[in-house]
Amino acid sequence: MVQPLDYIRETASQTAGPYVHIGLAPGAAGFAIFENELGRDIAGPNAAGERIRVEGRVFDGTGAPLRDVLIEVWQANAAGIHASPEDPRHGEVEEGFRGWGRVISDFDTGRFAFETVKPGAVPGRGGKPMAPHLNLWIVARGINIGLSTRMYFSDEPVANAADPVLGLIENPARWPTLIAAREERDGMALYRFDIRLQGENETVFFDV
Amino acid sequence: MTGSEFFQRDRTLHPPALTPNYKTSVKRSPQHALLSLECSMSEMTGPRFGHGDLGPLDNDLIRNYAHGGEPVGERIVVHGRVLDETGRPVPGTLVEFWQANAGGRYRHKKDTYLAPIDPNFGGCGRTLTDAEGRYHFRTVKPGAYPWRNWVNNWRPAHIHFSVFGTGFAQRLITQMYFEGDPLIPHCPILAAIPDREALAQLIAPLDLNASIPLDSLAYKFDIVLRGRRSTLFENRLEGN
Repeated sequence: MVQPLDYIRETASQTAGPYVHIGLAPGAAGFAIFENELGRDIAGPNAAGERIRVEGRVFDGTGAPLRDVLIEVWQANAAGIHASPEDPRHGEVEEGFRGWGRVISDFDTGRFAFETVKPGAVPGRGGKPMAPHLNLWIVARGINIGLSTRMYFSDEPVANAADPVLGLIENPARWPTLIAAREERDGMALYRFDIRLQGENETVFFDV
Repeated sequence: MTGSEFFQRDRTLHPPALTPNYKTSVKRSPQHALLSLECSMSEMTGPRFGHGDLGPLDNDLIRNYAHGGEPVGERIVVHGRVLDETGRPVPGTLVEFWQANAGGRYRHKKDTYLAPIDPNFGGCGRTLTDAEGRYHFRTVKPGAYPWRNWVNNWRPAHIHFSVFGTGFAQRLITQMYFEGDPLIPHCPILAAIPDREALAQLIAPLDLNASIPLDSLAYKFDIVLRGRRSTLFENRLEGN
């Protein structure tokens, strides 16, 4: 006999379903209910750093874009600090910077877009810096447990090459699935980032 | 407080990505193995919410969309605690919920089920857990509804939940079901969970002690998020 381990077990995940918008983005579902719909503004008005726009689509294994997907973004500010008490430097983030947001795809085209500031490098394990990146969490009908991935930036080739997480990917051919391509549009930095759930060029997803 | 790492997620109690009886999962499931990441600052941190983010009726689905009346249906209170795997409460965390109305119809422009929209029911709410991790909200019991999977699949009555915890790696969306619902053993989405105990953990018991006499029945639903190691990450930063 041994002493019992008194841990309890994590609640199982279930799909967010096709009507996830009702709970997490009711304006998109077609009605106004909350005074303050959460997650609309990732960076807030006072955040330092470069303002960027990200656009993309999420594709299924048939190549069709998901038109009912919801993506959450979690990121550090331009100085690489998270607005979270777990970050020892969190007191230094700009007022109004949450670093978290919610994005849904268009019901007709499947396109999503959001604006934020480009994050800085974040301290990784063992003191190794991680290249600037956005953490993304993807839920939708047909996704039984939220999918975690990261978006890195094409204009950070040196930092990306040294990034400890990208370095875990055995097949370098899969790297580009995590790197958003930068272009300029109307004087603003635009990053294109498509996510492929399955099939050729399947995005790298993480068990975090 | 400095963050610490989360316990490894036990994927055997979660539904796998590919569950062919839930057809939509077939082409929406990654085929490569997930790449396992040890926790870094990106996973150990997570957004925080405060009472300033919420409105006064956000946890009252009976009143938060009422337009001159109250919603039709069986009035219920749903309450419980958000805990982590060590059994400790998770205080001050955001809990969001959404559901169909008593007839099984969602207020969503993409829901075309023939049951009527209830003019007094929106079907969503949110609240923050208190210092002991407790939450509660008032609503009407959602109805079962048919969905396109096999020709005659019906979802058991359920309420969707979204929970944050303290780090983004704890992020969880799940569904709460109701004790005694005869549709539970017939649902391909529930059956996607391979572990019987994990499935049972999603079924809320009737809680007469928490019901309000002559007003509302109550159901109790505790939510467990991943635990954190007590070892501080800081201790590990420089090697080991």
